[in-house]
Amino acid sequence: MINKDLVIIGGGSAGLAAAIKARQEGIKDILIIEKDGNLGGILNQCIHNGFGLEIFNEELTGPEYAYRFKQIVKDKKIEYLLNTSILSLDKGFFIKYINESGVSICHAKCIIFAGGCYEKNAGAINLMGDRPSGIFTAGCAQKYINIKGYMPAKKVVILGSGDIGLITARRMTLEGANVLAVLEIMPYSNGLNRNIKQCLDDFNIPLYLSYTVKKVIGKSRLEKIIAGKVDENLNFIDGEEIEFDCDTLLLSVGLVPNISILNNLGIEVSSAKGPKVDEIMQTNVSGLFAAGNCVHVHDLVDFVTNEGYLAGFGAALYLKNQLKEDLNIDVVARNNVSYVVPNKIKYSSNKELEFKFRVKKPCKNVDIIIKNNDKIIKKVYKLALLPSQMENIKINTTNSPLKDGMITIDIETRA
Amino acid sequence: MQDIIIVGGGIIGVMIARKLSQYDLNVLLIEKENDVGNVTSMANSAIIHSGYDPIPGTLKAKLNVLGNKQFDLICKQLDVDFKRIGTITVCLDENDVFKLEALKNRASENNVEAFLLSKEELLKLEPNLSDNVVKGLFCPSGGIIDPFNLCVHCMENACENGVKLHLNEEVINISKDGELFSVVTNKDSYKCKIVINAAGYNADKIASFIEKIDFDIIPRKGEYFVLDHFDDSFLNHVIFTLPTNKGKGVLISKTTSNNYIIGPSSEICLKDDYSCDKLTLDSVKISASKMFKNIPFNQTIRTFAGIRATPSTHDFIIEPAKSDKYFINVAGIESPGLVSSPAIADYVIDNLISPILVLKKKKNYNPNVRKYVHFLKLSLDEQNELIKKDKDFSKIICNCEKVTLGEVKDVLNRYVKPQTIKAIKKRTRAGFGKCQSGFCQANVLDILANYYHVSPLEILYDKNGSNIIYSLTKNNGDKND
Ligand SMILES: Cc1cc2nc3c(=O)[nH]c(=O)nc-3n(C[C@H](O)[C@H](O)[C@H](O)COP(=O)(O)OP(=O)(O)OC[C@H]3O[C@@H](n4cnc5c(N)ncnc54)[C@H](O)[C@@H]3O)c2cc1C
Ligand SMILES: Cc1cc2nc3c(=O)[nH]c(=O)nc-3n(C[C@H](O)[C@H](O)[C@H](O)COP(=O)(O)OP(=O)(O)OC[C@H]3O[C@@H](n4cnc5c(N)ncnc54)[C@H](O)[C@@H]3O)c2cc1C
Repeated sequence: MINKDLVIIGGGSAGLAAAIKARQEGIKDILIIEKDGNLGGILNQCIHNGFGLEIFNEELTGPEYAYRFKQIVKDKKIEYLLNTSILSLDKGFFIKYINESGVSICHAKCIIFAGGCYEKNAGAINLMGDRPSGIFTAGCAQKYINIKGYMPAKKVVILGSGDIGLITARRMTLEGANVLAVLEIMPYSNGLNRNIKQCLDDFNIPLYLSYTVKKVIGKSRLEKIIAGKVDENLNFIDGEEIEFDCDTLLLSVGLVPNISILNNLGIEVSSAKGPKVDEIMQTNVSGLFAAGNCVHVHDLVDFVTNEGYLAGFGAALYLKNQLKEDLNIDVVARNNVSYVVPNKIKYSSNKELEFKFRVKKPCKNVDIIIKNNDKIIKKVYKLALLPSQMENIKINTTNSPLKDGMITIDIETRA
Repeated sequence: MQDIIIVGGGIIGVMIARKLSQYDLNVLLIEKENDVGNVTSMANSAIIHSGYDPIPGTLKAKLNVLGNKQFDLICKQLDVDFKRIGTITVCLDENDVFKLEALKNRASENNVEAFLLSKEELLKLEPNLSDNVVKGLFCPSGGIIDPFNLCVHCMENACENGVKLHLNEEVINISKDGELFSVVTNKDSYKCKIVINAAGYNADKIASFIEKIDFDIIPRKGEYFVLDHFDDSFLNHVIFTLPTNKGKGVLISKTTSNNYIIGPSSEICLKDDYSCDKLTLDSVKISASKMFKNIPFNQTIRTFAGIRATPSTHDFIIEPAKSDKYFINVAGIESPGLVSSPAIADYVIDNLISPILVLKKKKNYNPNVRKYVHFLKLSLDEQNELIKKDKDFSKIICNCEKVTLGEVKDVLNRYVKPQTIKAIKKRTRAGFGKCQSGFCQANVLDILANYYHVSPLEILYDKNGSNIIYSLTKNNGDKND
């Protein structure tokens, strides 16, 4: 059996940042375990610009951004394993992993989980009707096209109008497919306006808001989609149906933290579907930290990197035995707030706190109100908030220390 | 010329094939789909019922109880996952207790061990049972099975012992030429002495090639939810609601792969309508939630439907055609068909074939299928041993279910070869997990195309026509992945 002080599971942007920070904080014995053949995670597949504005003040592509961190990891001689999958992770932090040299067991004193997210699929959204071929997640179709060079579609309907759905619509069109429609169950698109223009309008692809798939038809390959209009409670409105003769349905209906590997450890899960964490990204299991898309899905890699740093910092404190829990505060998302990270505050020594959250529904002209046991500690006015945009609010507690109990996040509309 | 042709490779056809393979006979099994067990035997509750429920004296009752007893041995020989976790039928209303007591009496008449349990006893066994539960009937001999590999391994073992299998071939007519039958398919025609009609929901059609029949098969659909693996202690037994006149009622159970299955509904349908609809599944949800608390439906990874071949006679129809004892119908095999299948095969051979054909045991019959590799279940040393011999066992191709490339290659190098993505999924579980093959499907497709030396355009997801790829892209990708 191998022994390590710190094992980082997942070598995406979160994992790399965590490793770098932990090393800076003096942790020598670190191992990164990555299942793919390359460090960098999802960034390697994002060949467009738009990464790094926050951290580097310049616009990089995904692979360029990843390259900078990979280089640091290599320079610092942090140990990593590629093409290595975790078979199991058991209580007491015994990690069983597999690669070309065989199956090994590693015992870690501390773990940072940074395994990213997966795409919701037909089963997860209870797609009704037949179950023919021709229904793919956007990522699966992307893999066929970008990596394998296979075209799996001719006439396409896309479900979901987030940025991934919009970009997929354009990609499909450029590859020669006929994109008949993008359906969105909400009355608004979750994508950037820029993407709606450049990916849909420029190619005359119609966007149907408040529509979703009512029924899938096709005995072997997909033949038809019946789309139905929904009311404000997302229930189908009788008679409001559109039929699309199509051979492909692409699902771009959300990403979910991929945490099943933590099942045996007894973690508590938050409404973001990732593990609940405290302000230094430690889960309820002592010594188990988490960061990145496996905690909550991020839009910007820069925030992932920062979260990775935080987890690396926390893990170093844990390993150096410098964590002194002296607070017990639950952080609670209320009314229009769908989730918040962190979920717990435990250390009064952290004066700088950051709360990251999303709203459930778009709203305008609102105050974000953060309270500690009914005492307002921060109030921020916002012109508009969108579910597709993660918000983050920083507070400094130097002058007004927090009290045990609750921190709540509310959204209040101004009259 | 064949001695025996079996029409249909569902569990009934393959069980009969395997039992026949111990005799010196030429046996051919003809199946219209591209895999065995790809129709009803694939989409059901997969419960090895104890036999408390069928009406005493029926074939269903008799063969269920006899079949149940055989599964420990069969699953050992065929290397199939099977667990006798016991079943509990719950009663949620004081006024229905008499129905539960009637079931208990049926159980005694059928010689099935069954115990009436009080609410307290039930909650001890199943803490998540509904607070409304009043009483329950516990049958320890009930169990759960992997229905996919039961069919596949059973056919594999039959083939190892000399049975021939023709997939992708549909029987379109059968006639009698003197002493022999002429079985016509969409590809060829064959002569044989005995025909066994095990064509599931098509058994009525096959039977009427020979004579006018006096039974109907009424298709009745059952829809289900499948949930991901989560807490292993969420549920410990198969839990049924009280049966109604429409069927056994809704159940919730673990599967042998530690997923959870909830269903089925019951409604008359068309023969090939496997669609799911929201209203029906909502009613399944409601029934299940009445008997079991906190079912995490948000962990659903799949919904599916199966079709029961309900006979108008309400019992299994296992008898020769009226006009010809060499034409044997095994029809109307609705639930509990899976559990009854070994006993049905015995019944067919002992009562219907042995009187009309000389059966001589083979010397070299081997009831044990060549062992499959279950990488995850091996010890650390065994795993490393295997990887030393073959690096393919170190390559995980499905991360959700942790399936190695080596296991996929193992099932390809068999008699009953998987031809489609779904056939690989049923055998190895690659793509069966939470991401539902979003990550691994493209790789499995390449493995199949390479193995069969065909273009990726030809690879099917499941049935004929379910191709996945239409063309190669302009620059044909970056093949380095
Ligand atoms: C489709 C998409 C488009 C995006 N576009 C942009 C953009 O334009 N600009 C921007 O700034 N941000 C963008 N982002 C956001 C940002 O890039 C990502 O959120 C961020 O890179 C995620 O980093 P991560 O480390 O949390 O996850 P990942 O990058 O997914 O890394 C997780 C890693 O863990 C590995 N892993 C998982 N499980 C295991 C296991 N059991 N054992 C070993 N290894 C494992 C995976 O192989 C992977 O390498 C995008 C995100 C997505 C999903
Ligand atoms: C919803 C549901 C739940 C059930 N739950 C259980 C349970 O928990 N326990 C249990 O014991 N039983 C259960 N059953 C019953 C069990 O699934 C069936 O009894 C059993 O699978 C029937 O097997 P079969 O071989 O008769 O039919 P099938 O599996 O349908 O096989 C018939 C085969 O014949 C082939 N065929 C048809 N026509 C032709 C042709 N012309 N030429 C060539 N081949 C042809 C078909 O392609 C098919 O493969 C359930 C059934 C359903 C529908």
